[in-house]
Amino acid sequence: MSDEPTNDGHRFDRLPATAAEREVPGRATREEVVDWWAERFGVNPSLFDGYSFWEKGAGKIWIYNGDAPDGVRIEAIGMTFLRTRQEHWKPTTRAVSRFGSHATRNLVVLDDEEARRFAAGEDQEVERWDGDWGYLIAAHEIAGETEPIGVGLYLHGELRSRVPKGSREELGSLTE
Amino acid sequence: MNPLERYEPLVDDTAAFRAACDRPLPSVVRVNTVKTDRERAVRALEQEGVTFEPVDWHDDLFRLPDRSPGTNWAYFHGWLHGQEEVSVLPGLALDPQPGERVWDACAAPGSKTTQLSAAMDDIGTVVANDNNLGRLSALRHNTERLGVTNVAVTNQDARNFSLKPFAFDAFDRALVDAPCSCEGTCRKNPDVLDEWTLHHVEQVAGIQKGILTRAVQATRPGGTVVYSTCTFAPEENEAVLDHVLEAEDCELVPFDLPLETVPGVTEWDGETYDPSVERAHRVYPHHNDTGGFFCAKLRVGGESDAEAADGETVDEEPAADEEVAA
Repeated sequence: MSDEPTNDGHRFDRLPATAAEREVPGRATREEVVDWWAERFGVNPSLFDGYSFWEKGAGKIWIYNGDAPDGVRIEAIGMTFLRTRQEHWKPTTRAVSRFGSHATRNLVVLDDEEARRFAAGEDQEVERWDGDWGYLIAAHEIAGETEPIGVGLYLHGELRSRVPKGSREELGSLTE
Repeated sequence: MNPLERYEPLVDDTAAFRAACDRPLPSVVRVNTVKTDRERAVRALEQEGVTFEPVDWHDDLFRLPDRSPGTNWAYFHGWLHGQEEVSVLPGLALDPQPGERVWDACAAPGSKTTQLSAAMDDIGTVVANDNNLGRLSALRHNTERLGVTNVAVTNQDARNFSLKPFAFDAFDRALVDAPCSCEGTCRKNPDVLDEWTLHHVEQVAGIQKGILTRAVQATRPGGTVVYSTCTFAPEENEAVLDHVLEAEDCELVPFDLPLETVPGVTEWDGETYDPSVERAHRVYPHHNDTGGFFCAKLRVGGESDAEAADGETVDEEPAADEEVAA
């Protein structure tokens, strides 16, 4: 065993600001997390200025807007935000729901029928998409604005719904 | 015996009281202003053809007479949260402000926790505690679904809650929405009446005294503590306040609620209580066609060290909240 600091699954550790301050191997930095949202979804990094980011559980990043010391051992802080320590980072459904309306790219706006199928957890062909493959934000128009529905995985012309099983719902059509 | 009988001497119209307790309650939802606003929520419900009725004493509440609150787009997006009408009262009484440190001592399943966060614009710290780990998973589900980012969740016995995990030593405000014998929820869950025993009332009153005592101790001088239950039992309401007024440096303060209530009672079953318990509010089902409820507001004694006592700014810097308006 080395004395190198490691990730402790029972503790919330604040992400280091930059790679220069990283002590735990493999841990994402705050800069990497914010840059990832900027690169992937075009979200302005200033959106996250007031928030802190934490790791508990390997690769699970939490976003928090309250007060807590580094290394705090409690049940939860804020909400789960991003899955790291894997080749393709994945935003959580909840993060996309809360922050995804700020996305300017890799956001696929579904029509009424597609949106209902997506919320029900169905995979579907969306061949008009000519952006990146990988994790997208699926959204629809409701109450006059574009609202994120959840995370979709786009591969080979197919949009796979990543809405968690417990959140899937058969929903109604929206009229204007 | 139906326990409601023992409260008949306390109410103005026993027939109306008993009749109201027999009627089921409609589904009610609260608009989650962390993610949307009333106008968008209304528009989404209308676009989907969902029937809803406003609640006249609170702009952000709607009754949904026709269907379960969980099956519409507005709910799916976390814009709505199913919450009984009277359950919003303690949050209104506590009136937490952005940037403050707030303790929700018995927080699961989180309806009131998320209401407090929304009232704070999701800025500041809400420490949501519950001694029941299973019920905490429901709370976590709700905070995530509603997109709340300023809640820290702890699993402690509230009676000897330790602030050690945190870097501060007192809260600005605390909410004790105590475990109780719950007769006030009989319109949702009539089983509570069959399961009622005086022994349980006496037992839970001891727990309530312990939690409220700890909440007063954990709140800074000049801070606010709100005590609420969904029982009519004076043993669990006024008697608990009377005990804490005696044991700790605090006082009951007058406050308004936006619906018809009656004052706390100063005598019950041969006991008399501190006259200031009349400042608490009793909510009876037949007055507003709601569940039953009890709510009291306390000021913790001593000098407050800032002008932060009631609704003034405190020392937190504002954080990013632009997305709320988007």
